[in-house]
Amino acid sequence: MNREFEPVIGLEIHVQLSTKTKMFCGCALSFGEPPNTHTCPVCLGLPGTLPRANARAIHFGLMIGLALGSELAPRSIFHRKNYFYPDLPKGYQISQYDEPLCRGGQLGDIRIHRVHLEEDAAKLVHAGSSGRIHGSEASVVDFNRGGTPLAEIVTEPDVRSAAQAREWLTLLRTTLRRLGVSDVNMEEGSLRCDANISIRAVGSTELGTKTELKNMNSFRYLERGVNAEIARQEALLRAGGEVVQETLHFDPATERITSLRSKEEAHDYRYFPEPDLVPVAISEEMLSAARDAMPELPAARETRLVGLGVSDANARQLAWRTELGDYFEAALGAGGNGSAQPQALANWVCNELVARVGEEDPNASSVTPAALAELVGLVAAKAVTIGNAKLVLDRLVADGGGPSQIIETEGLGAMGGGDDALDPIVEAALAANGDVAEKIKSGNMKAIGAIIGHVMRETKGRADGAEVTRIVREKLGV
Amino acid sequence: MTEARNTFSELTAMTACTAVEAIERGDISAAEVFEAYRVAAAADDLNAYLWVAEEAPPAAPAGAALAGVPLAVKDLFCTEGVPSQAGSKIIEGYRPPYTASVVARLAAAGAPLLGKTNQDEFAMGSSNENSAFGPVLNPWDRARVPGGSSGGSAAAVAAGSAPWALGTDTGGSIRQPAALCGIVGLKPTYGTISRYGMIAFASSLDQAGPLTRDVSDAALLLAHMVGKDERDCTSVGFPGVIERPTATTLAGVRLGVPEELTGDGIGMEPGVLAAFNATLALAEELGASVETCHLPHATHALSAYYVLAPAEASSNLARYDGVRYGARVEDGSLVGMYTKTRSQGFGAEVKRRIMLGTYSLSSGYYDAYYGSAQRVRTKIAEDFRAAFEGFDFIVTPTSPSVAFELGAKTADPLSMYLSDYCTVPMSLAGIPAISIPNGLSEGLPTGFQLAGPAFSENRILDAAFALEQAIGFDASGARTPA
Amino acid sequence: MIDREQVLHVARLARLELTDAEVGQMSAELSAVLDHIKKIGELDLSGVAPTSHVVEVVSALRPDVVDPSLPVEVALASAPAVAGGGFLVPSPQAPVTSSEGQSLR
Ligand SMILES: [Mg+2]
Ligand SMILES: [Zn+2]
Repeated sequence: MNREFEPVIGLEIHVQLSTKTKMFCGCALSFGEPPNTHTCPVCLGLPGTLPRANARAIHFGLMIGLALGSELAPRSIFHRKNYFYPDLPKGYQISQYDEPLCRGGQLGDIRIHRVHLEEDAAKLVHAGSSGRIHGSEASVVDFNRGGTPLAEIVTEPDVRSAAQAREWLTLLRTTLRRLGVSDVNMEEGSLRCDANISIRAVGSTELGTKTELKNMNSFRYLERGVNAEIARQEALLRAGGEVVQETLHFDPATERITSLRSKEEAHDYRYFPEPDLVPVAISEEMLSAARDAMPELPAARETRLVGLGVSDANARQLAWRTELGDYFEAALGAGGNGSAQPQALANWVCNELVARVGEEDPNASSVTPAALAELVGLVAAKAVTIGNAKLVLDRLVADGGGPSQIIETEGLGAMGGGDDALDPIVEAALAANGDVAEKIKSGNMKAIGAIIGHVMRETKGRADGAEVTRIVREKLGV
Repeated sequence: MTEARNTFSELTAMTACTAVEAIERGDISAAEVFEAYRVAAAADDLNAYLWVAEEAPPAAPAGAALAGVPLAVKDLFCTEGVPSQAGSKIIEGYRPPYTASVVARLAAAGAPLLGKTNQDEFAMGSSNENSAFGPVLNPWDRARVPGGSSGGSAAAVAAGSAPWALGTDTGGSIRQPAALCGIVGLKPTYGTISRYGMIAFASSLDQAGPLTRDVSDAALLLAHMVGKDERDCTSVGFPGVIERPTATTLAGVRLGVPEELTGDGIGMEPGVLAAFNATLALAEELGASVETCHLPHATHALSAYYVLAPAEASSNLARYDGVRYGARVEDGSLVGMYTKTRSQGFGAEVKRRIMLGTYSLSSGYYDAYYGSAQRVRTKIAEDFRAAFEGFDFIVTPTSPSVAFELGAKTADPLSMYLSDYCTVPMSLAGIPAISIPNGLSEGLPTGFQLAGPAFSENRILDAAFALEQAIGFDASGARTPA
Repeated sequence: MIDREQVLHVARLARLELTDAEVGQMSAELSAVLDHIKKIGELDLSGVAPTSHVVEVVSALRPDVVDPSLPVEVALASAPAVAGGGFLVPSPQAPVTSSEGQSLR
C-alpha cells in the first residue's frame, strides 16, 4: 500500500519585542551582559512584588495586529499559566489566554489565528559536572532574559510543506523588521518558531494527531526539522503505528528528533485571570498611535512599485527584501545625472547589484544609491554601453566612487550618438568584410552581427550596437 | 542623669493620636516614645513579635504628621534588610532588598518601624495557630487565640506593646483578630492602599489596614496609608482625604442588619449576639434607624471565598521553590528538590489551601468551582449595592464567637473557616468595613462590624466613632499592669 | 469528594509530597470543604458575569522607561545555592543543554 500523505502544519512564533524595558518591570533588556545584572525584585519574582505592563509592548502588539490584519480586542486580559520550571521565577508565566490582544488575520497565503503578549522565560545554562548538587547535574539560572516582552503569533494550520514554512517565516520576519518591533534574529533567539505538525492522507479533510516540534533556531533548521518530523510520522504510519501527541525537540547537529517530556508529566496549566493586572482596554488614542507608527508594509510597497512601472517580479523582490527596496527607493530619489527609469533601475538593483553583493545589504556596499542611479541614467542616455556599464559596476563594488569618473579615466564611454569617431571605424569594418556587406545589402540583416563584432573589437566595447547598426544602414542604404 | 519625666507605662498608655499631639506640643519626645515601645515590644510574652527594632530610627522629619510614633508591622510586609517571613518557615530569616510601599509611606509620614508581628503562615488562618513561629496568645486570656491572621498585630496593640499596627485582611484577617482582642480594625476599600511589598495570599482580596486602640487612631493611620501607587496597578487611591472622626450622634443613619449573617444556623454565640443587640439599641438611642435587610447570596460567600482565595494562593505560593530565596531541601533531582522544599517548608494549613486551590483550577473543575465562585462574587457585590440603596451601613457581629481556646478548632478546618462567616462577604465585594470593640461576653471582647459602600471610609469612621463613645469599652483587661 | 488518586495528582501538580497518612487526611479534609463549597453549584448563575476584580481600573500601563536594576550580589544574596553569577539548581531532566525558550509554549 502506498498512500500519499499531506503534511498539515501550523506555526507558533515567539518574537522578542525591542522595547527598552521588560514586559512587567523597568529592567533594561539584556544583550549578553553578565548573568543576573538586569534583574529587580519584580522580575526575580521576589515575595510581595507586582507586575505592571509595558505600554510600548502593547503598542508594538497593536502594530503587529494591524500589519497582520487582525481584529484588535477592545479589551484583553492577562492570565497566569502555572507550571514549575527554574527559568520561571514566579511559578507561572503571565500570558494571554482566551482574551488575547489580536485575533485572526492573514499574511501571504497563511491565516493568523491569534497574537498575544507574554513574558519570556529566563535562561537556564547547563553548569556541567563541575556544579554538581548531590551527585546530579546542575544548571545555573540567569534572569537577564526573564521578563523580556514576547509577542506570540499563532497561525492556522495552513502550511503544507517545510519549504513553505520557511518561506512564510521569511515573509513574517520581513514584515516584523519593517515594523521595527523586533530584531527578529533566529540565531540570537529574538525570533523563535515552533511547529505543530500532523500528516493525513491526501484528499482527507480530517486532521491527524499533531506533534509540537521545538528548538529550530534557524531558517535552515526549521526546514530540516519539519521535514524530518514529516518523514518520521510517515514512516510511523506506513509501519502501521500511531502518532502520539507530544512535544519534540530537534537536534540540528544530529538531525535527530527526541521527545521532550514523558507522558506522565502531562501539563495542566491551570490558567486563571492574573489578579495583579487590570484589563488592557485599547483606547482610540492607543489605536491611532499604532496606526500612525505603521510603516508601509511589503504588500503595499509591492503594489506601489508595480504602479511605478516596476515589473511584478522585481517589485516583489524589492518589497519583501526591505533593504533592497530601501536601496532602490534611495536610488530612485537620488535623481542627479540622468534620471533613471524605475524599471531599468529595478533591473539593475535586483539583477546586477544583487549578483555582486549577494545576501549583503547593498546599503552597506560601496555602491551608493546615487552612483547606481547615475550609471543607469548613463546607460539610458547611451553614454555607456550595457557591457561597459557592468564593468563600471564591478569597479564601484570594488572601490566605490562615481561612474562618470570611472568611465572617463578608464575610457569606457560609448562611441556614437553624434560622436563622429565611430563613422570611420564602421567604414573600415565594411571595407574589411566586403562579403558581409553584400549579404546585408541583399537583405540578410542577421549578417550585421559580424560588422558589430568587428567594431566592438576595435573600440574595446565602447561602441553602441544600435548606433553601429544605424551607421551601417546609412552607409549601405538599407 | 535626670529623673525621667515619664514612665514607660505613662507613655505606652497613650493612644497614638494623644502621643502625636504630646510630641507636637513638646511634652514628650519621639525618641522616648520609641524607646518605651521598643522596651515593651522586646518584653512581649505573647509571642506577638517575630522581630523588634534594636535601636531608635533616625529622627522623623520635623513636622512629620505621625511625629515619630512607632508602628508594628505584620510580618508579611516586606521591610528592607529586616526579616519578612510571612509567618512561614519556607522564607525563615528572609530579608528583602526593598520595603513595601505602604510601610515606606508611613515611615515617611513619621511612623518608624517598631517590630514585625507574628501571623498565620501566609495569612491563612483565623487563630494565629498556623504561624511557623508558634501561636500568639490572646492578652485577655493566654489560653486563647488572638484571632488571625493578623493576630500578632492585634495582640500587640491590645496589650499596649505597640501604639498601632499594620495588618492585612483577605477574608477577615484584620477585623476578626481586632474583635477577639478588643481593639479597632479596619479593612479599607480594595485598591485604596498599595499592595506592593505585601507578601501575597489572595491578590484580588488582600488589603492592608490599621489595627488601633480606638477609632481616631485608625483614622489617623489610615489617612497616611491610602494613595495610588504606580507599583500596584490595582491601586486606585482614595478620593479625598481621610478625616478625623467627630460625630457624636447617628441622627438619620440607617443601619441594615442582614438576616443571613445574624440569624440562626451560623453558630453565633448567644453572648456575642446579645452584645450586638445591645449596641443596636444604643445606636437607636443615638438617632439611628435599625432594620433587618437581606444579602441573599451572603450564605454562599464563604464557599466562594474558599474557592477563590486558595486558587489565587496556590499560584501566588508557587514562587517558593528553593531557587532564589528561602529554604531549600536537596533531593538529587529538580522535581525532588521542589517537592521536598515545599513539603517541608509549608505548614499543614498552607498545604491544604494550595491543594484546594490547585484542585479547583485544574482541568475539568475550573468552571464548576472557580468560574462559579467568580459569579457568586458578582452576585454578592450586587447584593451589597442593592442593600446600600436603602441603608447607609450593614452591621453584623464581627465574629460569631469570642476568642476560643488554643487547639479548639485546629482539628476541624471547616469550623475554623466559619470564623470568617460575617467578614468574608465584604472582602468579596471589596467594600470597607470596621470592627470596633463591643463589650464583653464571658469576660472576652466581642466585635461590632460596620460596612459601607466603596470609599465610604470617612462615614464609617464617623459612625464608628459615635458608637465607640457611646459604648465606652474598657480595654484594660488586656493590659498587664506596669 | 476527592479520592486518594486525585489528591496525589493535585499534589504532583503543586509540587507537594504527602505521606500515606497525609494523603488520607487530606482526602477527608478537602472532601469536607468541597462538600460545603459544592452548594454554590445549586445557584442559578446563568447570565451572571464573573468578577475577577472589584476595581474598575483598566490598562494602568507603565511607560517604557528604564529603572535601575539590582546589583548582582543583591540579586543573589538570598539564594540557597549560587554559581558563576547565577542561581544554581539541579538540572531539569530534559535532553537539552540549554533551555532557550524551551519551557515556553
Ligand atoms: Mg508562549
Ligand atoms: Zn526587573
